[in-house]
Amino acid sequence: MQAKTVERTLIAIGVAFIALMLILPLVTILVYALRQGWEPFMDAITNDYAIKALNLTLLATAITLIVNTGFGLFAAWTITKFRFRGKQVLTTLIDIPFSISPIIAGLVFIMVFGRIGWAYPFLDAWDIKIVFAVPGIVLATIFVTFPFVSRELIPLMQAQGNEEEEAAALMGARWFHIFRKVTFPHIKWGLMYGVILCTARALGEFGAVSVVSGHLRGKTNTLPLHVEILFNEFRLTAAFSVASILVIIAIVILILRNIVEYKLKQEES
Amino acid sequence: MSAFATLTLPKPWRRKNSVIPGFGLSMGVTLTLLSLIVLIPLASVLLILKNYSLADFWRVITDSQTVATYRVSFTCALIATTVNVVFGVLLAWILTRYRFPGRRIMDGLIELPFALPTAVAGIALTTLYGTHGWIGSLFDKIDIKISYTQIGITLAMIFIGIPFVVRSIQPVLEKLDGQYEEAAAMLGASRIRIFCRIIFPEILPATLAGFGLAFARSIGEYGSVVFIAGNIPYQTQITPLIIMLKLENFDYLAATSIALVMIVFAFVVLFGINILQAKVLRIAGGAT
Amino acid sequence: MNIKTLFTGKALALAASFFSLIAALVLLIAPIDALADSKSISLTNVSYDPTRELYEQYNKLFRAYWKKTKGQEVEIHQSHGGSGKQSRSVQEGNEADVVTLALEGDVDKLRKAGLIDPGWVKKLDKNSSPYTSTIVFLVRKGNPKNIKDWDDIAKPGVEVITPDPKSSGGAQWNFLAAWAFSNKRTNGDEAKNKEFVKAIYRNVTVLDSGARGSTITFVENRKGDVLLAWENEAFLVQKEHPGAFEIIVPSLSILAQPSVAVVDTYARKHKTEEVAKAYLQYLYSDEAQRLQGKNFYRPSNPEILKEFKSTFNLNVQLVNIEADFGGWDAATAKFFAEGAIFDQIYKK
Repeated sequence: MQAKTVERTLIAIGVAFIALMLILPLVTILVYALRQGWEPFMDAITNDYAIKALNLTLLATAITLIVNTGFGLFAAWTITKFRFRGKQVLTTLIDIPFSISPIIAGLVFIMVFGRIGWAYPFLDAWDIKIVFAVPGIVLATIFVTFPFVSRELIPLMQAQGNEEEEAAALMGARWFHIFRKVTFPHIKWGLMYGVILCTARALGEFGAVSVVSGHLRGKTNTLPLHVEILFNEFRLTAAFSVASILVIIAIVILILRNIVEYKLKQEES
Repeated sequence: MSAFATLTLPKPWRRKNSVIPGFGLSMGVTLTLLSLIVLIPLASVLLILKNYSLADFWRVITDSQTVATYRVSFTCALIATTVNVVFGVLLAWILTRYRFPGRRIMDGLIELPFALPTAVAGIALTTLYGTHGWIGSLFDKIDIKISYTQIGITLAMIFIGIPFVVRSIQPVLEKLDGQYEEAAAMLGASRIRIFCRIIFPEILPATLAGFGLAFARSIGEYGSVVFIAGNIPYQTQITPLIIMLKLENFDYLAATSIALVMIVFAFVVLFGINILQAKVLRIAGGAT
Repeated sequence: MNIKTLFTGKALALAASFFSLIAALVLLIAPIDALADSKSISLTNVSYDPTRELYEQYNKLFRAYWKKTKGQEVEIHQSHGGSGKQSRSVQEGNEADVVTLALEGDVDKLRKAGLIDPGWVKKLDKNSSPYTSTIVFLVRKGNPKNIKDWDDIAKPGVEVITPDPKSSGGAQWNFLAAWAFSNKRTNGDEAKNKEFVKAIYRNVTVLDSGARGSTITFVENRKGDVLLAWENEAFLVQKEHPGAFEIIVPSLSILAQPSVAVVDTYARKHKTEEVAKAYLQYLYSDEAQRLQGKNFYRPSNPEILKEFKSTFNLNVQLVNIEADFGGWDAATAKFFAEGAIFDQIYKK
């Protein structure tokens, strides 16, 4: 067999796989969203509940990003700049939310803050609502995307090595100074990459949020949950319309990701 | 190593051999946030279970219907991840080694399942593979049902798992030096032989890591699978769904017990991956 | 660990500002619920799956009524899902002022949890069921599998769609209706009844977690030959998709009585007891009863039910949960508890 033939066959298989598995579902959403024309589409996405759901989703995502970026930086610093026992265990613990079922992520917060949870008497006394309210949705979103930033940073900082930081430290530079002047320039694109992935997941989280949300329209309904509600109301077109907003956000995120990755590669070479 | 190396014996959690400041603070913040958001909530699962005996726990997690869900989740995830490994290696290969029009777009699309909300993916896949969907109707003619069967569950798992495998292998392939392949080719080795003897051993650890990640994710996935799974006990009921069902029946013992089984499973898989990755790094580090 | 390096000025400041930012954000979002306008009052109604359309319209009616009588705006928040699932979320802290669920058992779980005061069933007319319904079959146009009665859906080769009784109230009514049919024919032979329901559930190919999920599976994803559905849900589907489906009323069905109640603990906490009570009582008013009839629920007021006699088949024989099954506690223990009959029929 000719090398070219092999190459072409492999590419064809790959393209077919991507088209069938990834592009077709995407096209399905867009076609269903617009099959009744432009007007029902606009109605669905400018609906009051849809906008409230979008706002809640954006709020949860924003808080999640702040917390997880902060955590990711500290965790990556701890794990890559020092040697200590139990590092492997710590890394694994940080990664746990990554592979845990989102259902369980929701469940654990019910077990802590719900009426059967141990924190409930305290919360009730102070009239604080966590689960079935906005804070629960935020917490669940933070949980499922917790390791995203650190996972991107750790390999990057490991590959970078510690020589420069050590030199700076020996010259008497302070911690924050070292981080800002020495470490940060190396990891800024990696950090961006992690933040972008984190955003994508936070925007679209469904399982965990579904467990801790009371599904109250206009109050504790995120955009993905709103899609489900519309789907359940025989309003398929509206469901796919709102879903297509999420698809567009996903595509924008992918484009950003590609730009960042390009920068990252430039940095490396 | 550093001149400041301490002479005392290392204690757990104690910093060794580093002059870089900030250990206390960063470790402190890391552990605090980790505890608040992950560890304490997870430990609360154990708190619920303390009211029950070990025998109850065992009875619940070995209940025949529950065991059937493990089997469904496990086999579907295993098949899906195996498919993903085959296509993942292939995709990683063509994306790194070949240049063709649309390559960049294809590369960008790999992460789509990751960026697309799971519920949206679930609804799209169910519609697409339903008996009247674009693909489902084709298969319906030859009497193969996809939505609401194990095939549907497997397909949804393939969808969500593919980025993990491709993205694990890709960087290794990019770094892999072409000169051994060239040398082997000049010595007359066949293409298959080159792949098996030179490339495959190099990408094996990364492939395993990708396999582990995709597998763990598939087992736990809820949003995209729940729409396409038929939820028939012993046939298309997956483990995350039975946890939801137990929860809806106020059966906290069963819900948390099964959850605990899944948590332990996830931990074991991840721990394996992390050790594997550490090993890969050490090998890579040793080579340079 | 060196304390000095830990507390170097800038690092500390960074960490402090990081945490205070998180704290500020949490504080910022926590009181969103409390920001309600004092001139208006907010009411949360946690309901089951098929009532979406009914309450959407009823809420408008009630808001106008409350505005007229009390001069106050009511903002009503709705939540819908499988009845059991909804009951769970209320029990775990989803603070509903009123619940309008598919069955008494799901409301009574909240009494057992201490959220609803004892004796709630008698607090409102007709045992707190302002409207009733029953279980019918929805088949595709022309009834290709010729389904007439419960026997027909137990035959091999018929694909049945019904939700999971473990999470759905409607599904429990479906199950009990099938059982009642068999029980009448076998004169109470439990073993034969079990065989009969087993035959039906062997035909079930998708067991969604709520009634609406099953309807979507049957109607939109076109799966299955027959949907066991709430009468109101079946009519709604016909309205949404005229001419595509037919309703088959079996020879025997069950009187399904959805229950409504004020969740006393939460209503007291939110100081919404008055409006919550009025909200449920107004369901019995003539206007509201007519609205229920229009949404294909059988009004509990016999006079108004008569107005809808062209819609509903009023001759179908209906068994009753109290008389025929000894109430919900007995029915749950016998059929739906862990390891009970429903679990047994799936055991190999």
